[in-house]
Amino acid sequence: MSAQSFYTKELSVYYGEKHAVKRVSMDFPERQVVALIGPSGCGKSTFLRSLNRMNDLISGARIEGKVWIGDQNIIDPSTDVVQLRQRIGMVWQRPNPFHKSIYENIAFGPRYHGVRNRKELDEIVETCLRKTALWDEVKDRLNQSGLALSGGQQQRLCIARSLAVQPSILLMDEPASALDPVSTAKIEELISELKQEYTIVIVTHNMQQAARVSDRTAFFFLGDLVEYDDTQKMFTNPSKKSTDDYISGRFG
Amino acid sequence: MKAKTADRIATAVIVCVAGLIILVLAALLGYLLVRGLGHISWHFLTSAPQAIKAGGGIGPQLFNSLFLLVLTMIITIPLGIGAGIYMSEYAKDNKLTAFIRLVVEVLSSFPSIVIGLFGLLVIVNTFGFGYSLLSGALALTVFNLPMMVRLTEQSLRSVPKEQKEAGLALGLSRWKTITSVMMPVALPSIVTGSILASGRVFGEAAALLFTAGMSSPRLDFSDWNPLSPTSPLNPMRPAETLAVHIWKINSEGLAPDAPEIAAGASAVLVIMVLLFNLGARWFGRVLYRKLTASK
Amino acid sequence: MNLPATKSQNGSPNKPKKWRKHILEEARGKVFVYFCVFLLVVTIFSIVYFIASRGLAPFISQGVSLKDMLFGLKWKPEGEPPLFGALPFLFGSFTTSVLAALIAAPLGFCASVFMTEIMPKFGRTVLQPAIELLAGIPSVVYGFVGLSVVVPFLRDTFPGQGIGILAGAIVLSIMILPTVTTIGTDALRSLPNGLKEGSYALGATRWQTIYRMILPTTLPSLLTGIVLGIARAFGEALAVQMVIGNAPHIPHSLFESATTLTSIITLEMGNTTSGSLHNNALWSLALILLLMTFLFVFIVRMLERRVKR
Repeated sequence: MSAQSFYTKELSVYYGEKHAVKRVSMDFPERQVVALIGPSGCGKSTFLRSLNRMNDLISGARIEGKVWIGDQNIIDPSTDVVQLRQRIGMVWQRPNPFHKSIYENIAFGPRYHGVRNRKELDEIVETCLRKTALWDEVKDRLNQSGLALSGGQQQRLCIARSLAVQPSILLMDEPASALDPVSTAKIEELISELKQEYTIVIVTHNMQQAARVSDRTAFFFLGDLVEYDDTQKMFTNPSKKSTDDYISGRFG
Repeated sequence: MKAKTADRIATAVIVCVAGLIILVLAALLGYLLVRGLGHISWHFLTSAPQAIKAGGGIGPQLFNSLFLLVLTMIITIPLGIGAGIYMSEYAKDNKLTAFIRLVVEVLSSFPSIVIGLFGLLVIVNTFGFGYSLLSGALALTVFNLPMMVRLTEQSLRSVPKEQKEAGLALGLSRWKTITSVMMPVALPSIVTGSILASGRVFGEAAALLFTAGMSSPRLDFSDWNPLSPTSPLNPMRPAETLAVHIWKINSEGLAPDAPEIAAGASAVLVIMVLLFNLGARWFGRVLYRKLTASK
Repeated sequence: MNLPATKSQNGSPNKPKKWRKHILEEARGKVFVYFCVFLLVVTIFSIVYFIASRGLAPFISQGVSLKDMLFGLKWKPEGEPPLFGALPFLFGSFTTSVLAALIAAPLGFCASVFMTEIMPKFGRTVLQPAIELLAGIPSVVYGFVGLSVVVPFLRDTFPGQGIGILAGAIVLSIMILPTVTTIGTDALRSLPNGLKEGSYALGATRWQTIYRMILPTTLPSLLTGIVLGIARAFGEALAVQMVIGNAPHIPHSLFESATTLTSIITLEMGNTTSGSLHNNALWSLALILLLMTFLFVFIVRMLERRVKR
């Protein structure tokens, strides 16, 4: 499955009474990295998590508006979320490999989705590990537990795991914030490579990271989308004052 | 100065009490082992009890206890895990859930004799299972189920949220996520808890008096056909367990060596419980290490 | 990209076959867990229904008055006319379990304080496992030890046969000690640190801190532990039955044979024919045990509500 563009229209998320994301309309072009920045609690993670309906898990959360992926509005209640999530990969702040072997971490998803042939699975595992530059590091110990890897390796394993079910979109929630600088650099490099095949949305606290990896950047503040533009323009010549204040470190 | 003196006295008293508790436990175990171990022999562990003569053993009782434990766990574990999954993953935060929580709490507070009586009334008489291993296992299931439910619920709740989300994000169904992603993480504590629960089931007697019965037919240990009435594996035969046997010989034992038999059987029972305790800790650790590959 | 094609990606995203698999799987799982929960609920209702239907029979159709049973002093089920005074059993059950709690509560409190305030490390590595082990010892073993150690000791030390309320209470107190201690320890551990440090900072000694600060704050939790202990003691059957003597009257001293609800049921249930008045009267006693359980759960819930506030 190839990268896919999508867009949101007037997307709102409520936690009970709290209006956490306010009528956000954004488009995400295919094969591009979009960074979501903003101070903590500005709604960027909530926004990200509504793109694959992960907020459904939180009791009291409610979504309004539309998210169009292809010809499907995924907010529509008739959407099969299980199937939707297969098309959207996700990576979390803390690496969360399954308590299974390295091989199983990756093979588990495709096998569930119908790949039974051992050779095919082997191929998927190798391809995904190569894409995340992990193959050479782990090829001799595929049967070891995924938890035996270092933090940075675990995070790349998690990325590889999400690639294995062939998504077209990747959501990353501060994927490098729990990692050391070397691992962070590796993840950033990886993101730049992966964007050739996937549409990527990344939430980050790290302004330099947003500047380095993304093509477009969106600034969120108090649930509002303040500004959304090419990354270069956002960081050199933002049109809103609050964006400028935030990027230059005057608050947040 | 007075406050200081009071503090010292209080501290001394508290330390003494702590020492006393350990002493009581040590004395209890010591007494049981010293009195019981001398009587334990291969013959004692394997031969049948004698009604009036000396020299009877506890073979059938020991077998019954173990077999009953296995039967009970076979019934309890799937039911307990199912209900535990419901409580932790499917229950919504509403009145119905609060009610089910109350049910589990009340069920776990019922005295075991009440559960035994319920077994007598419903399982033995109404269902017509008679005094049998199966009746006993069902009664013990009622006795053990609430604990199993809580255990599963707590273990699943302590699984990090990200594990569940990772499963769902791969496009797994909720059920598959629970059984294949969360369960492996929760397994060590579920196993540890189940073994501890087994120890409790193994020593239970009051729930069995009127369900599994207080007698055991002459068993033919060469006959492993579960349908034959003298087969040890027949689940429809009455079965006196070790714990029930201890109670019975203490209250109506006629054999001249009844006190020794009681002591030996008690020692065996306590050793088994100790093994369950240690086994639970050890097994839980091993499993945890194996599943997380941490050293 | 050159990942091998998976079946799921051929065809449109709405491919119906794929839909069925995970929805079916989810449905099967749900049916299973709902069945398990349903079974729990059915079990508890049938316990209450069946025991109540037997236990109420003497009052409804067999002419025994509730007053006679609750306050009658004579239990002569086979007499002419049969008498069903259960007061001695109620008295026996209440005194043994309350006495057991009176012994266990201070011991448990001291153990909890020891484990949290005085020597946490030793407490965690030695005392806590010891107490868990006490909880694991089967009740018949307690009964056996009670019969062969506690009863002879009481017989030699005090007047009487040794069997009786005190013997039962001592055995029960050791059995409920783990309950009381575990809950007490949890309560003490969950105290915010600032509270204690504040008291120490004011120059209070440890005992003053425990007595004036920790004891009042954790009292509802400690009481919860004690009530749960009493509940367990009240329902314990065999250990008590083995050491209490089983004479169906109210004893004049702690060293005289007595009977509890559980012990009379244990002794007589097997020797009566199902459906007879005597048998049904025993079910009435079981019903009392059942109702007491509800009462204990209710009290515990009330106390827990206070803890939360």
